[in-house]
Amino acid sequence: MSDKINKLVDLLPQLGQGILVTLELTIAGAALALVIAFILGLGSRARTRWARVPSRVVVEFFRGTSLVVQIFWLYYVLPLPPFYVELDPLACGIIALGLNYGAYAAEVVRGSINSVPTGQWEAATALDLGGVHRLRRVILPQAWPLMMPMFTNLLIQLVKGSALAAYITLHDLNFFIGELRKGTTDTVFAYTVGLLLYFVFAYALTLIMNAFEARAKNKVGQGPSLREVLRVAPVQTGAAEVRS
Amino acid sequence: MPDNDTTPAIEFQGVGKRFGDNVVLDGLDFTVAKGDRVTLIGPSGSGKTTILRLLMTLEEANDGLILVDGQPYTHEIRGGKRVAIPEKRRSLVRRRVGMVFQQFNLFPNMSVLENIVEAPIHVLGISREDAVARAEDLLDKVGLADKRDARCTQLSGGQQQRVAIARALAMEPEILLLDEVTSALDPELVADVLGVLRNIAETTDITMLIVTHEMQFAREVSNRVLMFDGGKIIEEAEPEAIFTSPQHDRTQEFLRAIL
Amino acid sequence: MNDFWNWDHAAAVLPQLIEGLGITVLATVVGMVIAAILGLVVAIVRRSRVRAVTLPVGFLVEFIRSTPLLVQLVFANLLFTQFPSLAVGCVVLGIHYATYMSEVYRAGIDAVPGGQWEAAVALDLPRSRTWRAVILPQAIRNTLPGLGNYAISMFKETPFLAFIYVVEMYAAAQAYGGANFRYIEAITLAGLLFLLVSYPTSLLVRRMENRLA
Repeated sequence: MSDKINKLVDLLPQLGQGILVTLELTIAGAALALVIAFILGLGSRARTRWARVPSRVVVEFFRGTSLVVQIFWLYYVLPLPPFYVELDPLACGIIALGLNYGAYAAEVVRGSINSVPTGQWEAATALDLGGVHRLRRVILPQAWPLMMPMFTNLLIQLVKGSALAAYITLHDLNFFIGELRKGTTDTVFAYTVGLLLYFVFAYALTLIMNAFEARAKNKVGQGPSLREVLRVAPVQTGAAEVRS
Repeated sequence: MPDNDTTPAIEFQGVGKRFGDNVVLDGLDFTVAKGDRVTLIGPSGSGKTTILRLLMTLEEANDGLILVDGQPYTHEIRGGKRVAIPEKRRSLVRRRVGMVFQQFNLFPNMSVLENIVEAPIHVLGISREDAVARAEDLLDKVGLADKRDARCTQLSGGQQQRVAIARALAMEPEILLLDEVTSALDPELVADVLGVLRNIAETTDITMLIVTHEMQFAREVSNRVLMFDGGKIIEEAEPEAIFTSPQHDRTQEFLRAIL
Repeated sequence: MNDFWNWDHAAAVLPQLIEGLGITVLATVVGMVIAAILGLVVAIVRRSRVRAVTLPVGFLVEFIRSTPLLVQLVFANLLFTQFPSLAVGCVVLGIHYATYMSEVYRAGIDAVPGGQWEAAVALDLPRSRTWRAVILPQAIRNTLPGLGNYAISMFKETPFLAFIYVVEMYAAAQAYGGANFRYIEAITLAGLLFLLVSYPTSLLVRRMENRLA
């Protein structure tokens, strides 16, 4: 066992690189996905058909074709005629992840905006707040905490999807697992370590997203503030504390 | 006392509204003079709330015209045809009409003060200092000066409704629409809200259209009561007259049931 | 030949894609059957009050759910060389999606009104009977849309099987592309075929959702 751990330690630089690449794919992919989600999500609610229909089409297209097809299409087909666009593998990965999960997230954006209570829309109309203003100041702040749990799920799925990057020559965490296996010639060890690393990564992201969600809920008066949630000392309840 | 301008504050001309097959209003005509305090009573589904919602552009009439201060509001006749008025012009009229809702509908992501100053600053273009000053003055009038920076969710229903009233008044509307504003409140909180509304009625000239079940309040505040049934006005009189000696059968029936 | 799109190649690759699609559908069906059954078992087990049971099961479920299916597939395929890759692939798909399904079942069971349990107690029904005759039928109705959506999701993740040398639809496209140096028709058509199957199915699931609501 110890020689396997030694080998793992030897490969620490590669592990670092693997984590870094996965992190890049995750963060850049998620950022792109968020932007696309809002563009398509808001677009699909537009009053004009010229925005609504293309938005829905793009969303269904990227949801309906598979992530694998998308990533390899960008990698194999884009450099060919008539496109002649050669993206580096990291860009392929980020764009495919962003488009695919952005399309799913667009539905979350749309659904969450629709879930904001009608009374809020009506109150905004009663005060004659215009459409964009109403969205920005009243609706989106209330839709945001509704989006967060589903965004968290999609983010974890994005991380899992990023494992594909190893197959377009990227040296991500998945690639590292292969390297570890070659180095230790122990499949179980290599993959168990690899899966544990992905697990820790996903868990850390979930904790971060939960913190964001708590903050978002607090801003609409639906929960304790982040400070209250994170504090180590118990919250004062007003009742006398019993001490032994 | 209303000044000598005799243009009606509100005029409905042949207004019709249906939801699918359900005809709620049909060829409705009535006028409200400036400074009137009109209570609309009648069974649910009779169209009273729909009238308020039409005036707030939360619904759109299928037929007829609605005039505010003598000017067409949402539709006008152009070249003999009934045409929709573009949003920009509607907006200019809409901001002169205020509404208080049964469910208060305060914005939970903003504090009490922010709720009140939002529209004056961004719609009326008032400076922040002036808007805040106006808001504080209104909060004082509704008895919630100390709740200035509170989160709306921390307030009781009655307090939230008073904030909602202040929010509507901050726009200095000419017409105030009150849609069953105490129906969602616990009984002990109703009196405070009614007190605020009574105060507004006594100290301002605002034209008020009130839908309510609080008949005592209606008697005290209104100068006209309209009884609705099936989308039509079936009786109209001064409060004393209609409550003590209703003429129409349906009115008698309705008042007997609720009083 | 460097023209943009060649219909001859498109025609040539299509039969191979359709054949691959057959494997894709097969894997999805087998995978979902495993996921549906295993997911229900996991959901019921997780309701136990014995922490020695719920904690390890809970951890295992979270572990499988939050780590990449792709890595799990490759791992299993390397370990279980005695079994055909398609079989290994279906089982791993089934286990992975069972973790999603257990959540769907949990939500479906929780959505059965508490009053149903209380009525069963009042009638002195034994627990197993309560489950079989009262709770599960209602819970499963709640879970059908989730089942449908995850089936579609699994369908779109079957290309991961290509990386354990199962010739499903994407692998067929890739194989043709590599052999003929013509990727554009193969991959584009594969993508369109995925869309052609998944989109109408998702509309059906949405309609079912509305009808059950």
